[in-house]
Formats: sequence, C-alpha cells, structure tokens
Amino acid sequence: MNIQQNTVSENNFEQCIKCTICTVYCPVAAVNPDYPGPKQAGPDGERLRLKQPDFYDNALKYCMNCKRCEVACPSNVRIGDIIQAARIKYGPKHNTSVRNFVLANTDLVGSLATPFAPIVNMAVGLKPVRMVMDKVMAIDHRRIFPKYAHGTFTAWYRKHAAAQQAAFPQQVAYFHGCYVNYNNPQLGKDLIRIMNALGYGVQLLDKEKCCGVALISNGLYKQAKRQAQTNLASIRSSVNDCRTDVIATSSTCTFTLRDEYPHLLQLPNDDVRDHIELATRYIYRLIQEGKARLKFREDAAPLRVAYHTPCHMEKMGWAYYSIELLRMIPGVEVVVLDSQCCGIAGTYGFKKENYNTSQAVGEPLFRQIEASGADIVATDCETCKWQIEMSTSKACEHPLSILASRLA
Amino acid sequence: MNNTYDVIIIGGGATGAGIARDCSLRGIKALLLERSDIATGATGRNHGLLHSGARYAVTDHESAVECIRENMILRKIAAHCVEETDGLFITLPEDGLEYQATFVDACRRAGIRADIIDPKEALRLEPSANPALIGAVRVPDGAVDPFRLTSSNILDAKAHGAEVRTYTEVKELLREQDRIVGVAAYDHRAKCEVNFYARVVINAGGIWGHGIAAKAGITVNMLPAKGALLIFGHRVNKLVLNRCRKPADADILVPGDTISLIGTTSSKVPYDQIDNMVITPDEVDILLREGEKLAPQLAQTRILRAYAGVRPLVASDDDPSGRTVSRGIVLLDHATRDGMEGFITITGGKLMTYRLMAEWATDLACRKLGIEATCRTAELPLPGSAESRREVEKKLHDKPIVQRRSTISRHGALAVEIDGKSSLKNSLVCECEEVSIGEVEYAMEHLSVNNLIDLRRRTRIGMGTCQGELCACRAAGLMGRKDPVCARKAKEDLVAFLNERWKGMAPIAWGDTLRESEYTSWIYEGVCGLSDERKKTTVK
Repeated sequence: MNIQQNTVSENNFEQCIKCTICTVYCPVAAVNPDYPGPKQAGPDGERLRLKQPDFYDNALKYCMNCKRCEVACPSNVRIGDIIQAARIKYGPKHNTSVRNFVLANTDLVGSLATPFAPIVNMAVGLKPVRMVMDKVMAIDHRRIFPKYAHGTFTAWYRKHAAAQQAAFPQQVAYFHGCYVNYNNPQLGKDLIRIMNALGYGVQLLDKEKCCGVALISNGLYKQAKRQAQTNLASIRSSVNDCRTDVIATSSTCTFTLRDEYPHLLQLPNDDVRDHIELATRYIYRLIQEGKARLKFREDAAPLRVAYHTPCHMEKMGWAYYSIELLRMIPGVEVVVLDSQCCGIAGTYGFKKENYNTSQAVGEPLFRQIEASGADIVATDCETCKWQIEMSTSKACEHPLSILASRLA
Repeated sequence: MNNTYDVIIIGGGATGAGIARDCSLRGIKALLLERSDIATGATGRNHGLLHSGARYAVTDHESAVECIRENMILRKIAAHCVEETDGLFITLPEDGLEYQATFVDACRRAGIRADIIDPKEALRLEPSANPALIGAVRVPDGAVDPFRLTSSNILDAKAHGAEVRTYTEVKELLREQDRIVGVAAYDHRAKCEVNFYARVVINAGGIWGHGIAAKAGITVNMLPAKGALLIFGHRVNKLVLNRCRKPADADILVPGDTISLIGTTSSKVPYDQIDNMVITPDEVDILLREGEKLAPQLAQTRILRAYAGVRPLVASDDDPSGRTVSRGIVLLDHATRDGMEGFITITGGKLMTYRLMAEWATDLACRKLGIEATCRTAELPLPGSAESRREVEKKLHDKPIVQRRSTISRHGALAVEIDGKSSLKNSLVCECEEVSIGEVEYAMEHLSVNNLIDLRRRTRIGMGTCQGELCACRAAGLMGRKDPVCARKAKEDLVAFLNERWKGMAPIAWGDTLRESEYTSWIYEGVCGLSDERKKTTVK
C-alpha cells in the first residue's frame, strides 16, 4: 500500500481534522451569529460546494479575510484562501454596487480626490454629506473618512526627490500603495529619509497600481488580476533587471503582493516573492546584519508607544521586526498590545451592514489601548490606523514615522 | 397482539422494503422482519450506482434492458434518492478502441442512449477523467442513495398499513407438513421470542436467504462474491466514470452525495464468512491502482473508508428453469420447485432492479393468496419524491441555505416536516453533512431509529470527513433525551458507533484520515472517558 503514502491532496481542505480552533479565533464568528465561522465556511463548505455549486452561502461575505484562522490552524489549511476563492468562484458575479466600486477603486478615487483635497476632506466630514452617503451608498455615517492629501506622493517624489535618490550607491524600490500616495505622503517621505540615512536611495516602480486587496474583497476580480499583472511586471523588472529589492510600508500591500497574488489570483510569483519585503523587516535586517546603522537624537522626550499587530502582520509573522525597530529608538518604551483584529478590515468596516460587527470586533482592542497609558499607538497598517484613531482617544502612526521623527 | 398476516417478508434490504411497499399498495397485510437495521446487507454496501444498464449491455442483454427500464422509473418515483449525473465510458490507450463500437451497438439494442463524444468534450464535461483517454461514450448513468431509497419504501409501506419490525431475527420457519405457515423470531430489543403467522412467507434475505431457506430444509445454493470499495473524502467527479472494456475490477467511480466511490473488487468468499468482511491490503491496492487510471487525482485524494458487500449470486445448477444466470433476478416458488407451499425466495438481482424483484415476488404472492391487484410501484412516487426540489425549497426559506439544500437532498419533500423554526432546532449536530437538531429529532420520531448507527443511515451523521468526531456525542445526547437510557447503555451505543466508524478507516489508516482518527480517539477517550467502555466492548 505504497501508493498514497507520500502524497498530499491538492485539495488543501482535506487536511482539516475539524478541530475547530479556527472558529474559536475568528473575530467575526465571535460577534456576528450570521457568519458560520471559518471551519464551516471554508473546508466544510468547500466539500459541499464541490458536490453542488449552489451550496454557496452568501454569508461568506462576512469574512473579513483577516487570515487569523490560518494562523490558528494546526493543520496548515489555507482556510481564509478557501473562503475568498469560493467567493471568487461561486459568489454573485454582478453584484458590484456603486458603493463597492467606489470603496474598491482606491487608485481612481484617490486621483480624483487629491487635487481637491481640502474641499473633499471638508465635505466628507460634514454630517449631512455623511447622512447622504449612508442613505444612498450604504457607507455608514458614523465612519470617519481618512483625509486626502493635497497632491500625491508620486508627484512630490518626481519633483523633489527623484534626482537626488539616484546618487546613492545602493537602491531599493518602494511600493508606496494608495494610502501613502493619496492620504499620507509624509510616510513615504519618512521612509526615504530613513533609507537615505542607511545609505540607500529609494526608487519608484516603473508602474504601480493599487495592490488590489480592496478589489478582491469587493468582487472585482478581473480588475484585481489586471492590476496585479501590471505590478508583478514592474516588480520583476526591478528585481530581475535592476537587482533592486522592493519594499512596502503597508503590511497589507506586502501580504497581497506576496501571498494573495498566487493564492487567490492564480498569479505565480515564486521568482520574486522573496524580494518583496516589508519595510520594517528590511530595515531591521540591514541593521542586524551590520550592513548599516541609524543615528538617533538623544534629546527627544520619552515616548510610550503601544504597538498594534495588524492581522496580515500576524499572518506573515513579522510584527517582531516593527516592534524591535521601535525598541531601538532611545527614549521609546514599547507596549505590545494583544494581537487581535481592530475590526475595520479595509473597506469592510465602511459598509453600513458591517459597521456594528466591525466596532464589536475591535472593542477589546480599543479598551486595551485606552488602558495602556501609551502616548501614541503604532501599527504598520493604514486601515487599522483609521479605525484606532476613530475609535480611541489616541493618535496612531506608522512605526517608521515615529522612527524618522527621532533620527539625528 | 394479532400475529397473523397475509405475507411475511424476511429481510429489510431494498428488495424486502420494496415488497412491503408493493404488498401494502395492493391491500395485502404485510409484515417485514429484519434482524438488524434496514439496508444493512448488500443494499447499503455497493456503489450506489444508478445503472443505465450499459455495463451489462455487451455481456447480458436482458439485465441491461431491465436496468434501463428501472433507471427511468426510479428517476420518476424516487427523484429525491437519485442524482441524474450521466456517466462516461472512457477508453484508455491500454484498452483499445475496438470495444467501443461493440459496446455502443449493444447499448442501443438494449434501448440505452449511448453517444460517442470527442475526447476533448469528455474532458470538458469531466475534468477529473484521465486526460490520456482516447474515446468516450456518454450514457444515462446516475447515482442512487440506497439508504434513502430503502427508507422511503419502508415509510410508504407503513403509511399503507404494512408493519415493519427491525432487530427481529427469524430463527425458525414454522412448518405444517409441506407448508410454511409462519416464522419464529427473536426480538433483539425486547429480548424475547415471538411467532408470526402468514399464508405466504417471502425470503428476501439476499445472500442470507441461503440460510433462511435452509431452515425449511431447502437448498438455494448461493455463491457469495465479495466486492470491496473505497470512499473518497469529497466529490472528485461530476459524472459516473466507467472503463469501456469488459467489466473488471475497480472500473467504476461514482459521485454520490458529498463523496466519490471507487469499486469494486470481486472475490469468492466462503458462506460462513459473509458476516465477517475484512478488506485486505491487496484489495485497497487494486482499487487505488485501477481508480487512478479513471481519475488520476485519486492518487492524492483523501480516503475516508473502505468497505465490502456480498453479492447474492445464485448457482445456476440450482435453478430448474436454467435462466438464472442470464437474467440476474431469481424468483423461486418453492411449491413447484421443492414441494413446499407458502414459501417464496426472491434473490439475485441488483439494487437497480429491487422494484422489479419486488413486483415479481408480490405478483407470485398475489397468485398464492388469490388476490387480483396490479402493481402500481412504477407509477406512484415514493414519499419525498412527489414534489420537485425547487418547490420544496420555497417552503423552507427560514433555514440557512446550506442546511436547506442538504436536508432537501436527503428527505426530498419530507424536509418540510423537519422543525426549523428556531435557531436551536437549526443548530448543527453534524457539521460535515449539515444535519441539524431538527433533522435528528425528525429521524428519531419517524424513521425507526434505534441507535446511532441507524441514525447515520437516515441522516448521514458521521458519514462526513470527521467520521463521527464532532457529531457522535451530540447525537448521543439527543438520543438520550428522547428515550432516556442508563449511562452505560448510552456509552455502549457511542462506542459501537465509533468502533464501526474505525472499522472502515482501519484498512486505509494513513495520512490525514489517521491523524483525524487519532484526534477523535483523544476526544472520546480523553475528554469523554470512553476508554473503559472500549475495553469492555469487543471490536468486531
């Protein structure tokens, strides 16, 4: 009986032994009784969907794609991927509402908004406007929108940074993502400052599109795939042709480029995956390996920073690098918060039907933040930042912004 | 208790259940006796293939004709037990294409639709099929669930006045001179002996019919042929896959409910071993080796269980008419054959032809009883099959969608009887197969469930990938609530259920199946404290 001894099923769900740990760790199942939980939505459901595709349950839309189920699974079942793949394969094909289109197309909406940032920011802050968005588009009126920057990061880079960056002997390419480009160019500038201090110049990719995470979660798979192909082509040209690694400040962009592309969009990236790095990890390793060092201001006031681990950081297992980088900064005291979902999950928490779930999921985290005595919260994910700033009394920054502010 | 009937039927397989239904529809007072639960013999231990007859077309024209007729009848009367998947007979390079023309010709002569399709089209229809195939023929094969089919026949028989007693084993045939007048039976639940009387006794015991006939001193010489099968963890194929060659080992892959089945092997076993089916490593090897040729994916797919059934083949030298072998179905009137009045044996045949076998047996019983009533089992739908799935679904909108579709596929129109009004009733007992508390309670109430193993046959509890890991204790709890038993008995039931699950896993215990079964042992021995019971209960 040697035939099956060394083979593992291509159907990854068959490795599930029904221990149900995933459901225990699912942030949604804990607060939303309409969601059947990852075990049932994932491996159990997949078996039934293979029997007949109409066993697809629309409740799968409640999955936030946080992947905490996968982290918890002792059997290596890619539960989150199974659920997302089922949404792609069996879910409604033409359900893209105007709302979902607007939320998913961060690139398009960002380019439209940044030239008129002051007006847009003021408008979406007004109660009547928010009520209209709530009624017409089902974007919850209680949700506070991130502010748009007046002018994009890329425009600033081309005008003010590109020339001097080329002068550095070593280079990295920067996948800035929509957030840095349209909402927070300062984070991009902070990264450049740090990389320059380490002796690295920062390049942009030939062509960068939104990583597509919001497109995937809103059912716009074809567009997601097209954008992913553009990004992979740019990354390949950087890694293969220029021998330049690609780093990203956003944990979710990093995760999407590395793992969601091959798993959900069926775009293999083995050749470049190891060269797509999270910025904090890249910097930490440069310093640890003695290849570069940073000089910090010694006179800065003491700062108590609470670090929040975003779900996709937990999935990658890389929160350690951000935490240790923060600990290198003189005067900074780091409090590591329990690793739990903040509830926003990208565009999920903006949707009216998810608002209550979103806030209920984040509640324990908010309480812990308030009780932490921290001056500021740090996290690598932009949507976690919005959620924490909206739902707690604390400001939230990227670890690299905190680090940059304390460079000598 | 009135112990007198027109007809006593021995055996609760598909045939016995079909006879009980046929008799009761013709106004005959019938009693069915089964020593264990329904569908525990060959009925529940085969492919669950709704034969188009194509498999027999070349070698056995008459069987093929019977199959296609019954196939079309079952689609109508047992719609909720049948999945109209269609099937492919694929030709692999090692088979050669010569057989295909003979095959198609024979199918057409038997009235079986057989369309030769392009290999590329075949792979599009059935992506799991071996890509090396050089030919394919599409036929109206399908899948039929033997447990549902038998249970529906029983339900309808009871609704029309038949009495059904499971766990009642016939010990003696009561004889007055050269006439059988009844049976002496042992009620395993009440633990007492009880006699029943009837003008006609029908032996529908399948392979066990040999032993039943022997009680009247009559020899029906059976050749027990064992067939082993493997169950894969999920549906690998959409269409039934057959090899287009002379019938051989492991050349049918049937998609049935949530799983796929490969089978069978064929080996003669001594009659005294028919209650002791052991799957050998060689059989597992053959099934995998040949199965992989039908669908290469099977080499990696998780196997849930292995099991074997015994075909009731009848030795031809015992049939005076000499037609036994070609026709498959064997109806013996022991009055003409052996000079024993009031006794009929119906055997041979297949699950596919259970209804026809029942019709023949009931026709003969009617002649003996002097009753003139025609058979209506080919027209009247079985309970659960009267309405289309879509119509039933409209009535069940308060159930979560996955559960709704699962219960409809198991109970057809009768799914509306299942309590789904509260979230408690909709809570799941079995998560793999989506069986709710309401469904378990319905089965206990209406489908003659005596223990957890019976419950499995009615609801698919424990038939999913976890093989009882999560559902067994929940179901045991529900059973204890309905019919309070002492803790020892409840534990014994649980142990028997789990050991029966293990029996099927043992021959293929490797990889994830073994890992999961270890986890199950840990739960039940460590958390539920069943380890003591295990020592007391012998593993069969």
